[in-house]
This record gives sequence, C-alpha cells and structure tokens, in this order.
Amino acid sequence: MTTISSSRRTPQKFIAENGALAGLLLLALVIAIMQPTFLSAQNLVNVGVQAAVIAIMAFGMTFVVVAGGIDLSVGSIAALAAMVGALTAGPVGLVVGALCGLVNGALISYGKLPPFIATLAMLSVARGLTLVISEGQPHETDAVVTFLGSNLAPMVPLPLLLMLLFFGITGLILTRTNLGRRMYAIGGNEEAAKLSGIDVRKQKLWIYALSGLFAAAAGLVLAGRLGSAGPQAAAGYELDAIAAVVIGGASLSGGVGRATGTLVGALVLAVLRNGLNLLQVPPFWQQVVIGAVIALAALLDSLRRR
Amino acid sequence: MKALITARGITKQFGATRALDGVDLDINAGEVHVLLGENGAGKSTLVKVLAGIHSHDEGTIEGEASLAVIHQELALVPELSVAENLFLNRLPRKFGFVDRAEMRRRAPELLDRVGLNVDPNAKVKDLGIAQQQMIEIARALDKDAGVLILDEPTAVLTDTETDRLLQIMAQLRDNGVGLVFITHHLDEIQRIADRITVLRDGRSVGVLGPRATTQHMIELMVGRPIEEQYPRARQRRGKPLLRISNFTRRGVFRDINIEVHAGEVVGIAGLVGAGRTEVARAAFGVDDYDYGSVEVDGKPLPRNNVQAAIKAGLGLVPEDRKGQGLVLTATVGQNLELATLANRDEKRLHDIAGKLRIKGRVEQPVKELSGGNQQKVVIGKWLLADPKVLILDEPTRGVDVGAKVEIYELINRMTAQGRAVLLVSSDLPEVIGMSDRVVVMAHGRVAGELPKDATQDQVMALAVQEISA
Repeated sequence: MTTISSSRRTPQKFIAENGALAGLLLLALVIAIMQPTFLSAQNLVNVGVQAAVIAIMAFGMTFVVVAGGIDLSVGSIAALAAMVGALTAGPVGLVVGALCGLVNGALISYGKLPPFIATLAMLSVARGLTLVISEGQPHETDAVVTFLGSNLAPMVPLPLLLMLLFFGITGLILTRTNLGRRMYAIGGNEEAAKLSGIDVRKQKLWIYALSGLFAAAAGLVLAGRLGSAGPQAAAGYELDAIAAVVIGGASLSGGVGRATGTLVGALVLAVLRNGLNLLQVPPFWQQVVIGAVIALAALLDSLRRR
Repeated sequence: MKALITARGITKQFGATRALDGVDLDINAGEVHVLLGENGAGKSTLVKVLAGIHSHDEGTIEGEASLAVIHQELALVPELSVAENLFLNRLPRKFGFVDRAEMRRRAPELLDRVGLNVDPNAKVKDLGIAQQQMIEIARALDKDAGVLILDEPTAVLTDTETDRLLQIMAQLRDNGVGLVFITHHLDEIQRIADRITVLRDGRSVGVLGPRATTQHMIELMVGRPIEEQYPRARQRRGKPLLRISNFTRRGVFRDINIEVHAGEVVGIAGLVGAGRTEVARAAFGVDDYDYGSVEVDGKPLPRNNVQAAIKAGLGLVPEDRKGQGLVLTATVGQNLELATLANRDEKRLHDIAGKLRIKGRVEQPVKELSGGNQQKVVIGKWLLADPKVLILDEPTRGVDVGAKVEIYELINRMTAQGRAVLLVSSDLPEVIGMSDRVVVMAHGRVAGELPKDATQDQVMALAVQEISA
C-alpha cells in the first residue's frame, strides 16, 4: 500500500473539512466586536438553550439526510409528541413520535413514496392530530416534562445538557453502529448497498423512526421550557432543522454528513438569531439575513466540493 | 459514388488506453456501411468522434453532410406526444406559442417516410420500443441528415421489427442517405451491408464487401493470438456449489441450467442483451424470476432475497462498478466492509486490502482510485464475506492490463481454495482463457456449452445464432 503524504493534519485541511465551524467562529467574532455583551456567560448559555430544540431535531434529520432522504414532518411530530406528553406522560409522547417516524419509513420503504411526499403528508396529519387532541388549546406540562426545560443549577440548563447528550448519541450511532454505517451506504449508493446485502427497506424504517423519536424529544424539551404544549408549537422548525444539517456540510443527495457538522449548523442559526436581536435588527430583516446566510453556507460548500 | 464523410487516421486516447488507433472510414451516399467488432473494439468511440461528442487526438474528418446518431438508449421525452417529440427543440410557432395545427400537419409526412402508422397525438411512452426508434429516425430525417448512424438498433427489437427496420434502411439508402450500422448480428449484416469495416482493439483490421462470409467476419473480429495473458490455473473439480435449474423469467431468460463446482470457473459468454446479467442478478436475489431454482452448496435459496443469498455463501460483483458496486462518497475501508457490517473485523480488512495490493489507503475516498483498484475493492468486499461461490459480471471492464492479470490471479486463488466462480464476460479471450467451461447465451437461452479449449469462432458462432422463439 502506498501512502499519500497529504494525510497529515494541516490547519488548511482542518478548515476545509470544518468550513461550518470556521464560519461559526467568524460569525461569533463579528457579533462580539459589534456587541460585547454577546460574550457574557449568561448570553452564551442562552444561545445554547435556544439552539437545543433545533439541534436535537436536526440530529434526527441528519440520519435521514445521510441516508439520502428528507423529513419534513419533524416540526409537527414535535408538537404532537409534546401535546400527547402534556395530556398523558412524557414517555408516551416519545413513543408516539417514534411511531409517526415508523409510519413515514413504511410509506417510503414499502409504499415506495418519495420521502418528500410521505413526510409532507405526515406534516399535515401530525399537526392535525395535535389540534384534534388539544381541541386547539395549549395544555400545561407535568412536572417531569417541565423539568426537561429547567435549570439543573444556576447556569446549567438541562436543555443544553440534553443537546450534548443527543449529540453524543448521534455521533455514536453514525460512526460506531451498523445502522449508522448503513445510512452512509444507502445514501451514497442505494443500489450498491442493496447488492451488498443491506436490507435497505428495513433500515429506512429505523432511520425515519429515529428521526421521529428525536423530533419528539425536541418537542418535549420545547414544551418543558415553555411549561406548556401548544397546538401550533414548532411550526416551521423542520426548515430550521434541514438548514442546520445543510450548513453543517451534509449533502442532500445523501452519503455525507456528521454529528459535529449538524451541531455547528444549529449553533450558527442560534448565534445568528441571538446576535441579530442583540444588535437590534428588526425581526422582519432578521429573516432576510438568516435566509442569506443559509444560501451563503450552501454556496461555499458547493464551491469547496468542486 | 459520392463521399459524404471521409475520416482518416482517427486516433483517440483515454488515459492509458488507446481506444482508436489510426482508423479510416468512408461514409458514402446511398450505402450501408457496417461497423463490426467485439465489445470494446472502439465502435462506439468512433461514432462519438464522428458525432463530435468526443474530440479526436489525431487524424482528419472531412465532409459537409449533417449527421444524426440513433443511440441504443433513445433520446425521447416519454410524456410528450409523438408530434412534439418529432419537432422537439424546433417546434413550429405562431404568435410565440406552439403552432399545434402546423405540427399536426407536418407530423404525418415525416411518419410516412419511415412507414410508421401511429397517431401523432399519442404519448411516446405508450408506444413500443421499435416504434419509438422509428420516431427517432423520422426526427433525424427531418433535420435532413445526410448521414444516419444507428448504434445497435436491433439489440432491443424482435425479428419482425428488425425486418421492418432493415427495409426502411434500404429505402433510405435508395434515397441517397449514407448509413452507418452497428450490429452484432452477422445475419443482418449479410442482408443489408454494402461495406463492412471490422474494428479490433481500436484499429481497422479489414474492409469487406457485401458478400463476406460469416467465417471471414468472425476471424477478423477475434483474430488475436491468446498468449499467457490468461494465467488460468485449473483445479480438480469438487462437489457442485452453485446449481441454477430451469431458471426462467418471462421475456428475459428461459430454461437456464448452469452448474458450477468447487474449484471451477464457468464462463458465461454472449452478446450484450443475451440475458447474462439478468440471470446473474436473479440468481443473487436482486431481481425476481418466474420459474426454476437456485441452490448454493445443496441449499435452495429463497427468491428475491439478497441477504439469504449472501448467508448461503453467494456473492456478486456487478457489471456497473460505479453505479452498483461502490459507494463513491465513502472510503476504501467503508466499501470493503459493506457486505460484512454485522461482524466487522478491522484486522482482516487491512489484511485483505494488503493482499489485493490496492493502491491507496484504507481511509482514502474510493473515488480517488483508478478503475482497476476500485474493482479490486469491490472484489475485496466479497473476499471479506468469504463466499463459496462468487459471480463476477464483467470484472475487468474498464480495467488496465496490469490490474486485469491481478484480478485473474484472484480468481485462481479463489478456486484453489475450493470456491466456485461464475464469470460473466463480453471479453471473448478472457472468458475463454479464464474459464474451465464456457456457457454461451443467446436471446435469453443457453445456446450451447463449450469445453475449456473452445475457440473464439465457436463461441461467436453460438452467440450470434438465431434461436426460433
């Protein structure tokens, strides 16, 4: 075997492989210069808490995107899980979320629906069910769910710890489990995966179930923070989750993506929102800036790959 | 006779391989010029150079005639109507909108010229493959193409459809069109050809007249001496490890019986489209079949179940390395372990990578490797899975000579270890040189079986034979 010398870790290579991280640091630097309070411990913890819900959802989305799919239903599943959690108990919400994901997977694997369509349908169904069981009203969460959104100690918010926990689990699944390795194979070349004996259909069931489960967890954390589950909670969050995954360097054509990238992507979105607020940018303009940053991140990534 | 296109000394290099080496070709008005050669002889490359898809490295092409190519894969839009496809890209317009009336008026004229009687408003996807081909030809004629190149148009046609196509070709010839016709079917050549240029290894090895014998054509086509480029080390034959019986899929293959024993390499030869790959895929459980059975080491395999096939000890190296064999976004190591994820073994993985002499690191993206090394990765994936029987479908396609011999050595090593190999290959010298027996397929059937010292003529004679349906 010949070895190629460029395998040494150089700073250039590190930046090339972690463009999103470089972007995050640059963004933080600019905001810190313009508004030094950004760097206060309290604010940084806030950013972490703000990132948590999207990050957890985006970790689940990472599995799906790495496997070459997309999941538009995560926002609705989060709301449904939170509502079920508020009306019964938190763990029931998690089960419901995983079941919704399983249905997505079944429609895609066995019904041969494109992921976009199957999860678009679930987006509507899960949101509708949330409205049905809540009768359109918000419901208070119980002590267990509320605890998820609380602080363990001053400056130690549980959502932040949960985000790191899910980050660890995601990294472990992607790199150290058969399911994770199969996600990369399926997303990279589904036919090759099939011809290598991977039961692609069965794997997709699990992949979408995981995404549903993660979305449910994100929904419970969100409800915990607010102390109640709302029928319109997490609406549109699926787009932020997809944006976080893409900013993190994953490819929507599948086969590429990492847990660290998604974490950084979620932090980029949170830092941006937080910074724009601190800089007192009007909320209408904030949307424009966030959209531009997403496009810029994707552009840079596409240039880098050429 | 008027020369429409004159090509002289055409040379085309792809990396280290010389696809075309000083080829001359004349295309005359009112003549059917057949290009004949084995797969990989350079026919398609020559057509692509003539059509301007590839640039040539050396040589000259002269001639004013406009040229249209009918490829094997049709370039029609299935959801559009016949008329719209005929005028695709130059739809008649009126006030900036498509002039449907004009289109409907002109479409039948064109369809008439190819003798096609279909409704111009019908969607193309609702037509048969032969009719679709006629539409492509009609479209080419509307562009007033002086030269029409048909790249294996009959491969997908039934006998009657082929007759029809040959008739139309003769008609076009009488109208002064210059035709270039690529086909493997020698009987068609005898029916229509005015001139035959035989290509071998990128060179023109002879120009024959219309009355050339099949024997002569085959000799020119394959006439290369077999040296020790096929180092087959034959083993004592053991018990049967793979048994394919009465294997049938309607319209694709029929009554296929193949047995491969331990220590044996059985080759499957035949023309493109003879059904070889389809049999291999169905046996491996990728595609379904209608009748028959597959047994590995005496154990019957359930249909349509790749996992069970692998578990029973079967492996398949598919013909399309990039499309089916590799995950290009992944590394060499990740590709190697693809079939054995359930019981990963880092040490064996590195072992195999070393044994295969893969030029590249295990952590390197597999897309950075050369074709030969990529193929070694695909084969290595199966060596890790330790199969009893390995099916190789075109294992050396697009692989340089050095890596080819290494792959042959791997085949030898596998059979020396008592495994069985089923070798599907369009490369005649290879399939004869590396196999202990050669099964020849034609039109979805086994046309015959030849012993190890078969000649290329014998194989070709079986492969091109017409079997009445």
